[in-house]
Amino acid sequence: MTDAATPSTTPGNPASKKGSLLVTDARTKKRNNAEKRFRAYGITAISVGVIFLATLLYSIVGNGAGAFTQTFIAVDIALPEETLDPEGNRDRSEMSRVSTFGYNPLIQQALAEKIASLNIETEVPEAAFGQLLSPGAAAQVRTTVLNNPDLIGQTVRFDILASSRVDGYFKDRVSRVSLLRDSNLSPAHLDIVDELRDQGFAAKKFNLAFITGSDASESRPESAGIGVSMIGSLAMMLVVLLLSLPIGVAASIYLEEFAPKNWFTDLIEVNISNLAAVPSIVFGILGLALFIQFAQLPQSAPLVGGLVLTLMTLPTIIISTRAALKSVPPSIRDAALGVGASKNQAVFHHVLPLAMPGILTGTIIGLAQALGETAPLLLIGMVGFIASNYPDGISAAFMSPNSAMPAQIYEWAKRADPAYYERAWGGIIILLGFLMTMNIIAVILRRRFERRW
Amino acid sequence: MDDLRIIERTSNMNDIKISAKGVQVFYGDTHAIKDVDVEIADKTVTAFIGPSGCGKSTFLRCLNRMNDTIDICRVEGSIAIDGQDIYDKRVDPVQLRAKVGMVFQKPNPFPKSIYDNVAYGPKIHGLARTKADLDEIVEASLRRAALWNEVKDRLQAPGTGLSGGQQQRLCIARAVATAPEVLLMDEPCSALDPIATAQVEELIDELRQQFSVVIVTHSMQQAARVSQKTAFFHLGNLVEFNDTDQIFTNPQDPRTESYITGRIG
Amino acid sequence: MHTSWLLIVLVVLAGISFYLGRSRAMQSAGGDMRQLHSLPNFYGWNVALASLVPAVVIFALWQAVQPNIINRSVVSMVTTEELTGGALNLVMSDVRRIANGLDAAISRGVMSASEARDLSVGDASIRQQLSAVGTVVGAEVSDNVLLAAQRYRAMTATGSLMQTALVLIVAVAGALYGLRQTNRDFRARVSVETVVRAVLIFAATVAIMTTVGIAFSLIFNTIKFFNLHPASDFLFGTTWNPLFRGGSSLGILPLLWGTFYISIIALLVAVPIGLFSAIYLAEYASPAARSIIKPALEVLAGIPTIVYGLFALLTVGPLLVSAFGPNGFLGLGWMRGGSAVITAGLVMGVMLIPFVSSLSDDIINAVPQSMRDGSYGLGATKSETVRMVVLPAALPGIAGAVLLAASRAIGETMIVVLGAGAAARLSLNPFEAMTTVTAKIVAQLTGDNDFNSPEALVAFALGTTLFVITLILNVAALYIVRRYREQYE
Repeated sequence: MTDAATPSTTPGNPASKKGSLLVTDARTKKRNNAEKRFRAYGITAISVGVIFLATLLYSIVGNGAGAFTQTFIAVDIALPEETLDPEGNRDRSEMSRVSTFGYNPLIQQALAEKIASLNIETEVPEAAFGQLLSPGAAAQVRTTVLNNPDLIGQTVRFDILASSRVDGYFKDRVSRVSLLRDSNLSPAHLDIVDELRDQGFAAKKFNLAFITGSDASESRPESAGIGVSMIGSLAMMLVVLLLSLPIGVAASIYLEEFAPKNWFTDLIEVNISNLAAVPSIVFGILGLALFIQFAQLPQSAPLVGGLVLTLMTLPTIIISTRAALKSVPPSIRDAALGVGASKNQAVFHHVLPLAMPGILTGTIIGLAQALGETAPLLLIGMVGFIASNYPDGISAAFMSPNSAMPAQIYEWAKRADPAYYERAWGGIIILLGFLMTMNIIAVILRRRFERRW
Repeated sequence: MDDLRIIERTSNMNDIKISAKGVQVFYGDTHAIKDVDVEIADKTVTAFIGPSGCGKSTFLRCLNRMNDTIDICRVEGSIAIDGQDIYDKRVDPVQLRAKVGMVFQKPNPFPKSIYDNVAYGPKIHGLARTKADLDEIVEASLRRAALWNEVKDRLQAPGTGLSGGQQQRLCIARAVATAPEVLLMDEPCSALDPIATAQVEELIDELRQQFSVVIVTHSMQQAARVSQKTAFFHLGNLVEFNDTDQIFTNPQDPRTESYITGRIG
Repeated sequence: MHTSWLLIVLVVLAGISFYLGRSRAMQSAGGDMRQLHSLPNFYGWNVALASLVPAVVIFALWQAVQPNIINRSVVSMVTTEELTGGALNLVMSDVRRIANGLDAAISRGVMSASEARDLSVGDASIRQQLSAVGTVVGAEVSDNVLLAAQRYRAMTATGSLMQTALVLIVAVAGALYGLRQTNRDFRARVSVETVVRAVLIFAATVAIMTTVGIAFSLIFNTIKFFNLHPASDFLFGTTWNPLFRGGSSLGILPLLWGTFYISIIALLVAVPIGLFSAIYLAEYASPAARSIIKPALEVLAGIPTIVYGLFALLTVGPLLVSAFGPNGFLGLGWMRGGSAVITAGLVMGVMLIPFVSSLSDDIINAVPQSMRDGSYGLGATKSETVRMVVLPAALPGIAGAVLLAASRAIGETMIVVLGAGAAARLSLNPFEAMTTVTAKIVAQLTGDNDFNSPEALVAFALGTTLFVITLILNVAALYIVRRYREQYE
């Protein structure tokens, strides 16, 4: 301790700053400015993040809202018995022999009459009037007639989907200039459209078919919907839920409650945390090689998609389940063991029920992740074809080829017609709607059942 | 060791360094400190004693505005150092804390080298113009904290690798290095073993030559050993403030007596 | 259909076993359950499991092995030469399709079972008959393919019969064994709990099996690829030009370059923004601000990557072109199309911001408050405390977070598939389109694959590369972060 009492003689004794506390000295001012700058960096960083988020949301809503409305043209179509039901007995099977080709002239004629009756002068030849309507118009009329044979013989008003160019004109995507080099519609068509709109025969309406309908071919973006791929996603989520929840919970219980501390447990732990960070595309490769190449399961089937997503979601579920189990205090286990319960009984009767809200929250978040995942689905073939029919039956929903919501969005984004971009954004709104609902449920669960020990 | 003889136990009043009047502290809705008046002398060791939760640490943290870092904490009344109100709007807490250093309950060296731990304060306050200046400050501070001989050969080793007592002395060196006028110590020995405690206590007695030292302690023996003045806090009130000898031999308030005789606490 | 019936029968058997086991135990205790070692239900479960578990195991094994055996014997009928891979698959799928068609024909009553068995190519065009029941067969059916199909049907039928018989025998035998064990001193609970424990362990090993599965599916196909294509071209080639006719150049270097370039841009965006956001949230923001900003950033993290991909393709790309393109308002003419390294990098950076910020936030919060107090007590400002105490203390953890972010960036697929372009290029210009390892995996494996061409198999080699790189990054990051956490626990 000899050095303790020599401070006053030490040359390095710092000169204390004896200034008044009420006056900020120059150095402190400088330091405070540095402080302000640093703080500003933080605020800037957060603002940039928030601006990105706002831009993203703005472009999703701005570009996607249009997909939920569609332009319809009201046409009064005469449905003559002699062409549609030559036998005259209103028998559906006989009527269905008249294909859409039989309906096309009727629509054509009705449109021409409508245009004539409104006194619209146009240079568009009568044969080209049909381009105003969706190529699916005839099918739409035919389906209606087949469902209501009594309509035959009457003149019925149909709200028929306008073609995607006309719809684009209503949504400011298409202009007269852009139509100059377009083979589907001419600028002169738009004059007719203007007249129809002014007289109230053409208008944008809410389009339920986008949510419930099936995908359409490249040339008919106006009738494409996301409903079928929603079923695909639903089937996959069922598979994920039914497999990953029990397996994930069982694995977590083992690791958290039973596993001895040894190399094998370590190996499992390292594996799980690594799998959580493996790129999703690698799971796609695994699915392709294991389920399709090796196990010969059908390509594009939601079952395969669900299996791949299960493997991908498992680490997430295991990690959150373990956290939930860990948060149950040891005193609960001790209490159960103390009255003579076996270790299994302590875990299954006491710890697991208490951890259940946390486990469910984690599972929902894992499912939400799986629902939005796209990359692995590309490899197992859930893109590149048109999901145009609802699966007929439960086993078909799992085994026959289908798309899934994110895969359908990707598919639309890759198509050439810009009208599909609107569909893609619209699909994103629906997808995000699902994700948001799931996350809100998770948050509510957590709030509602959160226990503080 | 003959230098130690110079240091006498003085209980005569020096100049007033810190003067607190009508201090009230609130944590949210909790009234933690109730109307405390106290005057702390320069070049003296003042001990705050009292049962846990009595507000002694809270009051200590008001003296260098460490409570500012807690959002829900609100301080009323006036605390003046050298006659200047430290809660005045013009006062920059940063400047204040350079003047009023602090040592914490648990040794908290930064995860840096011993040298960088001590040099941290001088660096941020710009006390050294050259590397040589800084070296001198570091050495002087470590000497003053009675640590130099133990660490002079490993100044670049991490401060977290020292023993508990050494770590606490490193923290004292770190506080001393900014050349404060007041040194606040919040139960500095509570995490230390008896030998390390003795070393730190000896050190506190030496520091009194240069600084006004305020120490919070839960140990009455420690207060009796190191302090000249003692303040007894109970339930947020300052019950009694007097010379240490007076407090321990002839307490005026029955609560103080109960506490030092071990009936409450 | 018979498999699901078999499973139902097994479950029913297990139910009966449960009941029998339970009542036998009660009987042996003279109806007083206090005389039993375990609760009566445990005796029931014990017998049920004894019946169910071996039966299901045998069922699964049989299910896995039977198709292989049948395939082998059937293929030898169709052709004498050694077929591999794609050709074999084609033949087999033909055989299977005809067999299924025959099944369909029988179930619809178009032909009888014996007709199907004795059918020969001479009878009538099989193609026609089968298409009547909805089976389309590609080429004209050859004699031995038809024979093989008939053989396939026969073998499948016999196999299924044998499987059913064996599984049922095992189930009943198991139940009987379980019942014999049952008496009042038998430790049924222990035996049931052992089975439960085994199930738990099995579930835990799924993670290992997944990793092994990934490794195998990558390695086997990669070896196959290197047998068809020189490894030197793959590893060191500087051109990427797959041709369907063969003779492709499949050099990985331009893909790796694109991957790293895009990832670096992404990290340059994400790390500063994410880190400063985290610092602000952890050290400055009031609890109220924190409770709004933190979820807002987490929203960014919950958005699927397909959304970011679309954002890159349709919003950010055109926006950048309008600034840096030939007619852009900056008049620079640097960018020819919306798909470019900068587009993908920027959007990927946005995607990674919440990832970096939430990881860093955790890590910064793990630095003990006493460190900050120590620094404030010496008169340091907040920013000095952050820069000189908190960040150095948190540095290892943050480094781990950045490594994890890098691994994410390298493995990200949808953003680059939609935003980066398709051209493999070695260039320094960030405004040019380039492509990445992940984008090419998608490109080579989408659609119908011939798993015998180097052009498809190269995707597995790319996958192996990707897996190895991200594995190294992940393991390093996890190691660092774990060490860091332990330091403050």
